[in-house]
Amino acid sequence: MTTNNYDAIIIGGGHNGLVAAAYLARAGKKVVVLERRELIGGATITEEIIPGFKFTEFSYVVSLLRPEIIRDLKLPQHGLKILPLPSTFTPMDNGDYIAGWDDHDTTRREIYRHSPKDAEAYDEYGRRMARLAKAIKPILSILPPDPTSLSPKDLMGLLKLGQFASSLTEKELYGLAKIMTQSAADMLEEWFETDALLGTKSASGIIGTFLGPRSPSTAYVLLHHYMGEIDGAFRAWGFAKGGTGGIAESIASSARAFGAEIRLNATVKQVIVKGGRAVGVALENGDEIYAKAVLSSADPFVTFLKLVEQKHLPDDLIHSIKKFRTRGSSGKVNIALSELPRFTALPDEHVLHRGAVSISPSIDYIERAYDDAKYGRFAKEPYIDMIFPSMIDPDMAPPGKHVMSCFVQYAPYDIEGGWDDTKREAFGESVISTIERYAPNIRRAIIGKQVITPVDIERIAGITGGNIFHGELLLHQLFFMRPATQWAGFRTPINGYYLAGSGAHPGGGIMGSPGKFAAELVLKDGI
Amino acid sequence: MEKLRYTPFHERTSALCQPQNWRRWAGYFVVGSYELTVDREYWAIRNAAGLIDVTPLMKYMLKGKDAASLLHRVTTRNIHKMSVGQVYYTGWCDDEGKMIDDGTVARLDETTFRLTSAEPNIRWLMMNAVGLDVEISEVSDSVASLSLQGPNSRKILNRVCESNLDGLKYFRLMNNKLGGVEVSISRTGYTGDLGYEIWMDAQDAIKVWDTLMEAGEDYGITPVGILALDMARVEAGLFMLDVDYTSSGHAWIESQKSSPFELGLDWTVSLDKPGYFVGRKALEKEKREGSAWKMVGIEIDWVGMEELYAEVGMPPQIPGTAIRASMPIMVGGVQVGYASTASWSPLLKKYIALAHLQKPYYELGTDVRMEITVEHQRKHAPAKVVKLPFYDPEWKKR
Repeated sequence: MTTNNYDAIIIGGGHNGLVAAAYLARAGKKVVVLERRELIGGATITEEIIPGFKFTEFSYVVSLLRPEIIRDLKLPQHGLKILPLPSTFTPMDNGDYIAGWDDHDTTRREIYRHSPKDAEAYDEYGRRMARLAKAIKPILSILPPDPTSLSPKDLMGLLKLGQFASSLTEKELYGLAKIMTQSAADMLEEWFETDALLGTKSASGIIGTFLGPRSPSTAYVLLHHYMGEIDGAFRAWGFAKGGTGGIAESIASSARAFGAEIRLNATVKQVIVKGGRAVGVALENGDEIYAKAVLSSADPFVTFLKLVEQKHLPDDLIHSIKKFRTRGSSGKVNIALSELPRFTALPDEHVLHRGAVSISPSIDYIERAYDDAKYGRFAKEPYIDMIFPSMIDPDMAPPGKHVMSCFVQYAPYDIEGGWDDTKREAFGESVISTIERYAPNIRRAIIGKQVITPVDIERIAGITGGNIFHGELLLHQLFFMRPATQWAGFRTPINGYYLAGSGAHPGGGIMGSPGKFAAELVLKDGI
Repeated sequence: MEKLRYTPFHERTSALCQPQNWRRWAGYFVVGSYELTVDREYWAIRNAAGLIDVTPLMKYMLKGKDAASLLHRVTTRNIHKMSVGQVYYTGWCDDEGKMIDDGTVARLDETTFRLTSAEPNIRWLMMNAVGLDVEISEVSDSVASLSLQGPNSRKILNRVCESNLDGLKYFRLMNNKLGGVEVSISRTGYTGDLGYEIWMDAQDAIKVWDTLMEAGEDYGITPVGILALDMARVEAGLFMLDVDYTSSGHAWIESQKSSPFELGLDWTVSLDKPGYFVGRKALEKEKREGSAWKMVGIEIDWVGMEELYAEVGMPPQIPGTAIRASMPIMVGGVQVGYASTASWSPLLKKYIALAHLQKPYYELGTDVRMEITVEHQRKHAPAKVVKLPFYDPEWKKR
């Protein structure tokens, strides 16, 4: 069967693919999204793995989803609700804990309990990071200029960036230069002394990377995660109603309302290229679909090395993509619970269950977990970021029961001897026994669980290497270098073929910007 | 010495009110917010269930064979068409067709009605009842009321009520037993979401509160103060007396008064109803000639506002809650109206406001500018006239 009446085909029904489809459809284009699986969402899905218990299978919180996308696509009218996660609680080995709240004074007093010096540093640190983030945040909302290019467009872009940086004081500029190269640990240790605070803060510097908190350049990742902070109450930070699948559903509903078509169980085998131009796709079932433009929201590896014949691409691009770091380093353990875990550090307090719980007692703890990963093992005592979706959105579990989402690092994709069921089970066990040290009732509360390794992320969500960001958020893989130098502008060497996924600028996380930018470029190119 | 009153729920609400954030409402203490930030309370209304103490509402019972006639005469609705078990939202006017107050009328049986209002109205009711067979009594203190608002509110009530609420339609009411206590439940509220108001004898207040809190735990029930309620009501496009309009009885000057048409209440003014009602002539005239003003919704363009703040190097600085203040609205540098309440909408990710605009600027889609203060300087943020309500979930009436 051949159909030839689409303006654009979007490969992949993850959140970026859906955002691209919605923007194109909104502009009056006839678009079709082709999703390999039987459900949309990609790595932004919620599935009822155990009846009655809804698991946010992969991604679990949202922090950077652009508010303009929410408004443009009218996502609230399509069911999007982003609910607050008011606290972060870190149990400590001595039976105490340290918590951060959504109230400034409460947080300051809590830190003061551990270190009066840290309590003050906390204020100054927050302001410094917010100012730095504000200075570089505009980068997120513009197409990345290429600093080696002399084209007026790129020069203008660079000039704009220069202007943003000029809002910083000299001292702050030095600070920015340092952050671009430092490790998260080095930077944080300049500010704080409380181990559990350092551990918890450093964790934001390693999420989704194959690096430890003492690896250079992790400080920047920390700053990257700070971008959302400056919008304060006006940003989209929290837990989405219905889990992250709720986000994908709302974007899909919006895209459909604008006229986009979404096909499930439609695996693309190859992009059809004629005369150096992408003209359509061939599906695994033999169907061919033609369109004026093809957007791939798959990762760069799939987009450039699997979906198109390499003869259409320059060698240096192929080389760069092959070297693009997409090693997955994290897994998920999703658990159905008969009761909430009771933490030794705060046995009767349920308020903290509404926020995140972080197993990150110190920087060394996380660095040791990384040591395991470096040598091809999953961490025996991993960093864990837990949330209890049913405490935030009661519809996630049957009344009186709960679900728990554990993001776990490190679990290397390339584990020694390869992943198998035994290793997956052992990985899950290391997570449970780690939690058990802080919440002894966890084991008896478990009704069922789902353990996800990077290999499972690759298998289920189709992301090469199982990297949650479609490629690590490292400086050399960002901005005008994401995914490759000279090809960071969503266009590819093949006319009419675009990269619209997290492997493009500005990167991963449920942000939607790659999909939006790619769609805007397609429209600009007059398709 | 006379003191502000506590509502019958005070024993519970005061124990839960962490920030000691109390507000005054009609001579009562009520909770502004229970937590240090209002986020969770706001989201309880939109995603689970918020429990709000609305006891300070003025409540009147009207009994007698002419009770319907009195309300028919005083309000703008056709009360004779109302069935038992039905609730009407309505405003009432003076002879010049200017709003005195607004509230709900519930028909409890053929000859008994309950009227709620924001301010005392017993004198006005009695003045209009001359020669009518109706007994008017105020029950503001003896009837306690709770509002349970949010998509899970029905599930929670069904857990503890003797009669199931699935069949109770929007703006209808039923008698029920809640945890063994006689209550009257109306499917009404001030949030634009699925929700109910529960009316009970003040003596039973604590029992009803405890029953609901216990039954609602698994459904995310959350005590909600009036700050979060204020945000929800703006999203729902609902105005408030003394904030968004002035009672004609209190106005110093004519221009402070509003007609129901000017407040967007056209749908509540039954000009086709038989007989006299207060303000009829004036309202008929205004209907014919058109209104000089109209309350509308406006959406402030966030990107445009961001630019105004960016000029001084800052991200937008607006409160995360509703702002009750008058903000001039301009078109082409000339003032054409004012916003009376503005609020950040956490759900819509928009800055929205209820605004009063002069003809013809109140037409949908009109580009206007709203005054904001950026670092002590007056600026005008681009905005657009939009349809009310800002947020209208399909389950509100389903």
